[in-house]
Order: sequence, then structure tokens, then C-alpha cells
Amino acid sequence: MTALLEVDKINSYYGDSHILFDISLYVERHEVVALLGRNGAGKSTTLKSLIGEVRPRSGRIVLDGTATLGLPPHAVAALGLQLVPEDRRIFGSLNVEENLLLAGLTAKSRWKLDRVWEIFPRLKERRRSRGTDLSGGEQQMLAIARALVRDPKIILLDEPFEGLAPIIVRDLLATCRMLAEAGQTIVVVEQNISAAMSLADRVYIINNGHMVEELTAAAVRDQPELLHRHLGV
Amino acid sequence: MITWPNFVSQLFNGLASGALLALISSGLTIIYGTLGVLNLAHGAMFMLGGYAGYVAYHATGSFTIAVIVGAAFLIVVGGLLELVVVRHFYSRPPEDQLLVTFGIGIVIVELVRLGFGSLSKTVLPPSWAMGVTPMGFLIYPTYRIVVTVIAAAALAVLYLVLYRTRLGMIVRAGIEDSGMVGMLGINVYRVFMVVFGIGAMAAGFAGIINAPVVSLTPDMGDSILVETFVVVVIGGVGSFPGAILGGLISGEILSLTSMIDPAYSEVMLFAVMTLVLMLRPQGLLGMPSRE
Repeated sequence: MTALLEVDKINSYYGDSHILFDISLYVERHEVVALLGRNGAGKSTTLKSLIGEVRPRSGRIVLDGTATLGLPPHAVAALGLQLVPEDRRIFGSLNVEENLLLAGLTAKSRWKLDRVWEIFPRLKERRRSRGTDLSGGEQQMLAIARALVRDPKIILLDEPFEGLAPIIVRDLLATCRMLAEAGQTIVVVEQNISAAMSLADRVYIINNGHMVEELTAAAVRDQPELLHRHLGV
Repeated sequence: MITWPNFVSQLFNGLASGALLALISSGLTIIYGTLGVLNLAHGAMFMLGGYAGYVAYHATGSFTIAVIVGAAFLIVVGGLLELVVVRHFYSRPPEDQLLVTFGIGIVIVELVRLGFGSLSKTVLPPSWAMGVTPMGFLIYPTYRIVVTVIAAAALAVLYLVLYRTRLGMIVRAGIEDSGMVGMLGINVYRVFMVVFGIGAMAAGFAGIINAPVVSLTPDMGDSILVETFVVVVIGGVGSFPGAILGGLISGEILSLTSMIDPAYSEVMLFAVMTLVLMLRPQGLLGMPSRE
């Protein structure tokens, strides 16, 4: 059986600088995979390469049997991949509901808003508020909800807990865990290693644009020093 | 000598030209906001609208048909220009985009000159809108009132499209962050084409309804283009309400300064723009940019 997402030796660049070197990884259905690494290791670039915002110059990406490398982001999104970007990129002039409606416009099967409100009751209270009026935590909820509305095969979370108060992180983490238990496939990039490890089934470690290690979450729990070596924690 | 009726009549003139400027500028500002391309051919779109209306008017004798045909022609021209030329310049540096749209403008102006000559053409207003309307202590040309009303109605339609439709929602989101719109599965290039068409139509529509007020010449778009830039800068780049406010302010500045000395009207316009840039660089209703 082949994995839901297979990435084979992609090389990505920003202008002339080579950022990703032969990155390979795979993601199984219903799996939560964490990409760990220091700042600037290439984690975000990996996610951007998957969605097509950065176009790798070589390699292969296959999502559920379809080669996606070279496709524009809207085409990759149509195949069932959703990126929740690091800076959230909520549309500030649109209200919460419009942000969600916009996301659902072209989705093959879309969530009813009630399902979103069930997971994020706070967003229901704020449904008429413009994106610019939301707190950081609310924006992050909306960013995740906006991806979920499209019922994606895989959701890519880029530093979802960054810059949020601990209590909000705890709530969001619980929500993500609930989604994972419901079978949502997730790839998460996170600096907050304990948060990432509490979600992940499997971990990749990226260093200077190279894939240096692949570990199961169980192995990391048994031997935490495996992470220390690469991340210096 | 400035008299009271003279002042009020200039105030109305300012309103009429302000409404037109607002309409043209809203086209420019949504194109720039969504596509990130400053369309230097926008003045040519205004002019082309006037000539398209002129042709349709002489073929049918109906001003209403002229307006419809002219507007429809411009939405097609705008969409085609995006598809055939502008689309290939999104990833190019801004100076290339400026040059190519400037070039498109020149080509269109010269093609019109080739077809119609440099002598000015006139379009008559519809018979029901000819003559003057008494307004208390002054009489005012009826068609100027009509132009103001039509331009305001067109702006209202644009507003409804932008704020009450799905397409409008996509465009507003695209003005903020077209990359994110793409990541939500929406083909932004198709949206860009429609936006360019609508933007060109706004200018062209203004060109037709303005045709009975002025004489049509191939280079009539040049000065309008400059004024439109000023309007967009004053109102805030990418802001539709900003284009309306900026248009009305600019129309009044041009009109009221002309009453004192026409030579200074453009100077005043630029002075106000400079003031806005100094005190509020993002424009009156603009949002500070993301990047």
C-alpha cells in the first residue's frame, strides 16, 4: 500500500539560494507527522513546497496517487491539501463567516458551518467580527477552521502555537488531538517540541535543509536524547 | 468676481467630475489592489469607452445602447488584455509591468487615431437630457446632473458586486492576499481576468457617459490617468471607498480652484496629494500594507 503523501527528493530554492536538499518523507492516512528542526532549518519551506507556494526545481510529490509538483496552489488545494500558514493570513476585511465561506467556495465536500461552531464555539460568538478584530488565538482558530471547512485529506500546520498564551495553546492542542483522533491526517511544524510530541505519531528532523532523522513518537518517548542531539534541547 | 450662483454651480461641477473620477479610479484601484499591477493603460480604457460609445451611438442613434455596448466592449477588451499580455508579467519586476501597460496604452491610442483621426468627435446627450434645469437661483445643464446620477448609480452597482456577491468577496480577499486566496482552492488567475475586465469597464463606462460633456480625442485619457492616480493615492491604494472619497475631493479641488484660476487647479490637486502623503501615507481610507 502506498502512503497518502509521498515526497521524493525535492530541492527548493529562494532565488538562487538552495534551501531544501533532497527532502523525502511520507505521510500515511490518519497519521500525525511532526517536522522538527531549528529556526531556518527549512521546515516552513517544506510545507510551502508541498502546497505549491514554493515550486521545487526537482523531485516528486505524489498526493493520493496524483503527482502535484509544479501545480499552482489552487490546484494542489483542490486535490485535498490545506496549509495553515505561520502568519495565519486571515482576511482582515472579511468577517469570520466570510473567511469560512470563501474557503468552502470551491471545496468538493465542504463542512457545514455548524460543524465548525461545534469545534470552535468561540468563532461562533465572533462570527460577525472582521478578521482584523480577532485576537491571535481566535485568528489561529479561524485559520485552522478555514482549512477544515474544505474537508482536506491532509492539513499542514505551520507553527500553530507560536506566540499564543499557554492557556490558548492548551485548548488548541486539545482541539488538534481531537481532530487527529477523528482521523484527520496532520503534518505539523512546531518549535514547541512538547506540544508537537503530544500530537505526533512520527517525527522527522530537518537540519540545514537536509532530512537527518525519522523517528517514531514511541522511540522519542523512550529515548528523549535522540531529539537532544539534533535540536539541542 | 466670484458670485454665489457661480460658486454653487462650480460646486456641482466638482460633484459631477468627482463622481466620474471616483468611477474611473475605483477601476484602477481594484486592479492594482488585486493584481498588484499599476495599469498605465487605464486612461486609454477611458478614451476607448468614449469611442466605442460613439460608434454604437452613430450605428443605432440610441444613447442607452451606446452606453451598454461601450461598457460590454470594454469588459471584453480588459479581460483579453489580462489574458494575452498582463498575465505574463505578474512575476516580473514592477517596472516591466509599468512599461507593458504604458505600451498597451500607446498602442490603443494610436489605433484609435488611425481609425478615427485626431479631430475631435462629439456625442450628443439623449434628447430628454438636453437643455438646462432651473435650480432656484441658478440654471444648470441637465446632462451634467444626469452624468452625476448615472456615475453614482454605477458606483452603487460596483459596491453591491464587491460587498454583496461571492465574486466581490473573492476580490476583497484577493486585494488583501491573493496568494492565500489561491491556497483556498480558488483559481486566482481567472479572478484576475474578471477584475481587469471590470476595472477597464468602469473606466470605459465613465468614458461613454462623459462623452456628451467633452469632445472625444484619442489622447483624452492622458490627463485623466494622472488625475486618477492622484485620486487613488489620496483615497488609499486598493480601497474602493477610498476611490470614491478621493474622487469627490479631487473633483471639488479641481473645480473650485478653476473658479479662482484654472492654471492652478492641477497644482492644488498635487499639493493636497502631497499633504495626504505626509500626514497619512496609506491614503485617507487605505490600510497600511502587509509587507
